[in-house]
Amino acid sequence: MFKSTGKMIAGVLLGAGLTMVASQANAETLRLLTWGGYAPDKVVQMFKAETGIDVEVTNSNNEEMISKLRATGGAGFDLAQPSQDRVAGAQSEFDIYKPIDLSKIDATKIIPSMLEGTKKNTTVNGSAYGVPHVWGTSLLAVNTAMAPDVKDYLDLCDPKYTGKISYRLKRPILMAFAFSMGMDPFAAYNDKAKYQDILNKVEAKLIECKPIVKAYWSGADALIALMSSGEVVAAKAWDGTGWKLTAAKPEIKTMAPTSGALGWIDTFVLPKKTQNEAAAYKWINFVMRPEVAAMIVEAAGNFTAAVDGDKFVEEGARKRFQDTFPPEAIDNIKWYPPVPTGLEEMEGKVLDRVQAAK
Amino acid sequence: MTDATDESELYDLECRNLVRTFGAFIAVDDVSFGVPRGDFFSILGPSGCGKTTILRMMAGFDRPTSGDILIKGKSVVDVPPNRRPVNMVFQQLALFPMMTVAENIAYGLVRKGLNKTDIADKVKSALGRIGLPTSGGKSIKQLSGGQQQRVAIARCLVLEPAALLLDEPLGALDLKLREHMKVELKKMQDQFGTTFVYITHDQSEALVMSNHVAVMNKGRFEQIGSPQDLYYHPDTAFVAGFVGDTNRWHGRVESADASGVKVVSADGVNLIATAAGKTPLVQGGEVDIFVRPESVVIATGEERVSGMENRIEGDLVSILFNGANSRALIRDRHTGGELDVALPQTGEFSHLKRGQAVHLGWGKAQAKAFAADARRDQGVGT
Amino acid sequence: MRMQSATRLALFLLLAPIVLWLALLVILPHVDMFMVSMRERVGIRQYEYSFANYVEFFVEPLYWRTFARTAIMSIIATVMTLLIGFPVSYYIAKMLRGRMKNFLFLLCLVPFWVSELVRTFGWMILLRESGVISNLMQWMGLVSGPVEMLYNDATIMVGFIYTSMLFMVVPLVSTLDSLDDSLVEAGYDLGGNAFTVLRTIIIPHAMPGIVSGCIVVFMLTLGNYLTPVLLGGKDSLWFTEQIYTQFITRFNWEQGAAFGFLLLGLSSLIVWAGLRLSRQTLSQTMG
Ligand SMILES: Nc1ncnc2c1ncn2[C@@H]1O[C@H](COP(=O)(O)OP(=O)(O)O)[C@@H](O)[C@H]1O
Ligand SMILES: [Mg+2]
Repeated sequence: MFKSTGKMIAGVLLGAGLTMVASQANAETLRLLTWGGYAPDKVVQMFKAETGIDVEVTNSNNEEMISKLRATGGAGFDLAQPSQDRVAGAQSEFDIYKPIDLSKIDATKIIPSMLEGTKKNTTVNGSAYGVPHVWGTSLLAVNTAMAPDVKDYLDLCDPKYTGKISYRLKRPILMAFAFSMGMDPFAAYNDKAKYQDILNKVEAKLIECKPIVKAYWSGADALIALMSSGEVVAAKAWDGTGWKLTAAKPEIKTMAPTSGALGWIDTFVLPKKTQNEAAAYKWINFVMRPEVAAMIVEAAGNFTAAVDGDKFVEEGARKRFQDTFPPEAIDNIKWYPPVPTGLEEMEGKVLDRVQAAK
Repeated sequence: MTDATDESELYDLECRNLVRTFGAFIAVDDVSFGVPRGDFFSILGPSGCGKTTILRMMAGFDRPTSGDILIKGKSVVDVPPNRRPVNMVFQQLALFPMMTVAENIAYGLVRKGLNKTDIADKVKSALGRIGLPTSGGKSIKQLSGGQQQRVAIARCLVLEPAALLLDEPLGALDLKLREHMKVELKKMQDQFGTTFVYITHDQSEALVMSNHVAVMNKGRFEQIGSPQDLYYHPDTAFVAGFVGDTNRWHGRVESADASGVKVVSADGVNLIATAAGKTPLVQGGEVDIFVRPESVVIATGEERVSGMENRIEGDLVSILFNGANSRALIRDRHTGGELDVALPQTGEFSHLKRGQAVHLGWGKAQAKAFAADARRDQGVGT
Repeated sequence: MRMQSATRLALFLLLAPIVLWLALLVILPHVDMFMVSMRERVGIRQYEYSFANYVEFFVEPLYWRTFARTAIMSIIATVMTLLIGFPVSYYIAKMLRGRMKNFLFLLCLVPFWVSELVRTFGWMILLRESGVISNLMQWMGLVSGPVEMLYNDATIMVGFIYTSMLFMVVPLVSTLDSLDDSLVEAGYDLGGNAFTVLRTIIIPHAMPGIVSGCIVVFMLTLGNYLTPVLLGGKDSLWFTEQIYTQFITRFNWEQGAAFGFLLLGLSSLIVWAGLRLSRQTLSQTMG
């Protein structure tokens, strides 16, 4: 287990090892690798009261989840929550997950189209690996008082707003700019030459726009600080973060860009060496109950794939959602398809070059 | 008033009414002296009396609270140490460990901006004069204590300073080397012809090497004079006690007139002495009486000492044999007090046995009576 | 004889945990990392041994430029830390006595009372456009509008120097402490001025401290991750960030491991060159 390790990963392993020891002492523990807000304390307590199972929550993001599971060969956690587009690639490359037994999932509690879509997107060699949980988009957060005419991603390149623009320099911005420039990167996923061509154009555009940018934000807190202080007037943002900003400062609008918001779905997957599969299924079915789903919506700022999950949601949140997403905007959401292996390396080099450009 | 400039030109170095206080403590108290050109001038005093403080003020590392310091007639109080034409040999030598012997000697010459060949010449000749002609490339650690000593002095002397200030330079050496270096130092001073200001707490160092010695106590100069002056004609009780070995009694004046001073010591001995020092003796006043060991005549029979003003019967405690400098320790039979007596070089007393009765005697001229100094006894400055 | 072998056994027993620890946690992972760095991914779950990952560093200008920038900024940060740290250390070691000395020494520890992350966020709160300093300057009428002091190399530099100061001051103070005051006085006495005494006596004496302080600060700065990323903003490029990206974001452990070894090798090379330039040896520095 201690093979193939750097210092960093040794630390992760050590942590995972300790967690393992702890969990063996008390078998009724669910070790959950998830995103901030997806497992609020209140829900964890309710789950414990009902089933007697402790939930150990580790907050993370897509890349770290995959890295952690890769380092341990899929051990250390009982349930993980990567985005659906990152499941198939990681599985075929690193073999870190275990197929999910859909018969143990209460399918009636999950919005059928999402369940079906996720199933399709996370299938490798005929087995499905994921069920949908939380979904959301990345889009624009705009301070309408100071930047009234930002409507699409390319407007983030308007020299008027020099030094007042921010976005995250990760793969979503590449997709966003491609769509905004009138191209369809998802359609080119399986044609590397064409995809490279799109990336090259996007790279040129991003480098051209770089002087306009104040800073590339790295996390929700940084973005909130930048926008609520007025230092940044328009940014590409996660919808949940955008709604938090809107709730605090109404002039900051969370809006779907004209070229379409980018939609993601975070899933439930079983790490290959999960030790408490039964508890994992119990948790999945528990959080899909509408009233529990509403609590998660509250904490995460995003909606879940639970049927009727929005019924119990507070009125303000529902209103903000509807402002952002009129029906036609929902139809225009570009859902991330699974990423074929190899693309991330191409994208990585583009991102590096943009970062290095002056 | 005399013309100050004329007078000071006699001196390479002069201090006028020098005072240095640390808070309420007076480390140097109104000290004035002049050092003539080419002199070997020592400041002798017990440790803590303020010697280093004076030297540091002369070198420029410390500023007098009041008073003036003159080098070759010019006041240097406002001149920083690197521009004063005096150099200092530090107590711990302060040779630069990161440089070779030659670089140490060249250091000051380089700072003066001499050209390379001149420096090389001077360093070479200095190394020759201190007997280390081939050690230029060595590191300081490779030298013995005595060799380091000579390098520390040579490094200053190549700069041809108006005066060399030496702060107990022999203190760190062992006894044998110290004896040797005394001679060596004197020789170096003759060779270079430089004025030396030498401070020490060791009276034998001061007496052996110096032309002039200032005896210092608690921040003040007690007396300045030649070693002989200090030894034979001390001005104060402190000087009489500090310079050379001596026997000492403390007592009260019975009577004092031209013929001598009659004193009864604290332990009841009657003594006749000669008044010395500046303070006149008065009847009933406290005095200290000093008698040098070599002034005391020792005899086995009474007749040898019968003509002397002071006589004591005693028993031999022990003989401290040291060749020509042998001594006898005698216990006074009446008081129990002990006396240090020099034995004649003839060796006629070498057969004396422990406990043997002896007669001691000395003339009143050899016994010097000083008024006891209240200031000293209280152990405080003014 | 028996005594001797007994002590040797005791020594062995004492050392065994350390050796084991070194082997398990330091040497083994490095050997393993090296094996990883020598793998080239040729297909899904297919690898071949090659130098491709190392070659990549030299053929892709982006990577070696990032390294060059990292190295140069680290050297500048080291020199600046030395220039600021030296007078501070001299003051602490030579001018102060007793309590004040300990107090100032402790003051250098202040940055370590909070975690690096909190410290860096502290800087951000102070320096950002809507931050404390910008507002203060506007309030005092020094500037007419908000000023952005974050997101540039100067800010990164300030962050580095702040974090590194202790590691420069500690070795400097301890070597300067051991410098006998009379050496400095002798330097002046023999005609030196402040500059020549500094150059010929104080600096040569402090050289081991200077070198060890510089090595530590250089390595720490080179390996720093949060400061350049958070304070640097959009133009920040840092080699450790690149390694992190390779490992975590790109899942390219092979490339990341190769970069890790390149960092180790190249930074050792720079340290070696620095030692040569200052005519010091590592053993002098440690001894
Ligand atoms: N910097 C100082 N601060 C306070 N007291 C001092 C200082 N330097 C010397 N002294 C005091 O002045 C007195 C004389 O010191 P010093 O000149 O070194 O004596 P010494 O005759 O042994 O060389 C000592 O009592 C010493 O404690
Ligand atoms: Mg002294």
